[in-house]
Amino acid sequence: MIEQTIFYLLAATAVIATILAITEKHPVHAILYLVTSLFSMAVIFYLLMAPLVAAFEVILYAGAIMVLFLFVIMMLDLGHPEKGLSPGWREWLPALLLSSVSIGSLIVAVISRHATVAAYPSALPIRAVAMRLFQEHGLAVELVSLQLLFALVGALYLGKQSKGGGAK
Amino acid sequence: MIVPLEHILILAGLLFFIGMGGLLAWRANLIMMLVCIEVMLNAVMLVFVGGSARWGNADGQLFAIFIMALTSAEVSLALAMVVYLHRRKRTVDTDAFSEMKG
Repeated sequence: MIEQTIFYLLAATAVIATILAITEKHPVHAILYLVTSLFSMAVIFYLLMAPLVAAFEVILYAGAIMVLFLFVIMMLDLGHPEKGLSPGWREWLPALLLSSVSIGSLIVAVISRHATVAAYPSALPIRAVAMRLFQEHGLAVELVSLQLLFALVGALYLGKQSKGGGAK
Repeated sequence: MIVPLEHILILAGLLFFIGMGGLLAWRANLIMMLVCIEVMLNAVMLVFVGGSARWGNADGQLFAIFIMALTSAEVSLALAMVVYLHRRKRTVDTDAFSEMKG
């Protein structure tokens, strides 16, 4: 019973923090709200019997990716909302309309089915997850590592300062 | 399984469509567009993990981990491109990079 309460509290936290993150005009504040949302999502993952994904969520998402965003925002000196790249009501109106239509249709479609708590399947130990990962999905692991290598090379190429007098 | 799968789907759908609305609204700012894409990918991960908990199958968690690796590659490339574009035009406004229009 306490787990259900924690789940709904964390769900409310995640949704409110995400709404605050995308309506915030200051990019640094938006990133910090998003980190709050990601932490509550990590605890939701832990409640859903996925401690490995929860740990990676904290380490990779909140730890690495968001810090990368913060680093780029501070390096390019973008933390000035008064320079005017933030959307006005002309941008918010169609976005609100389209996403509220989508949210409404999703909620109607999901609620029309009878929601029941399923039978408790056996918990997934990390050993089983790792066996599955490296035995069934070995090729995917190799492809992901190649993809990370390509991203590294591409980022190095894009970030290289051009020789001889600035950018062309 | 502590809550019905439908509630997890509603939460993931809410997060996904909040991210989509933010992406449509912030279409003039490259950084905030990337942030909204992060929100959407995170919602997709929640769907995978919820399905994994519902059916007791480890594949959902593995796909969530693959999405995380994909996201880190995507973000590193995209932010390198943002730095490159900012070096060229001194702005992150998407309307400034429209030379390729036919």
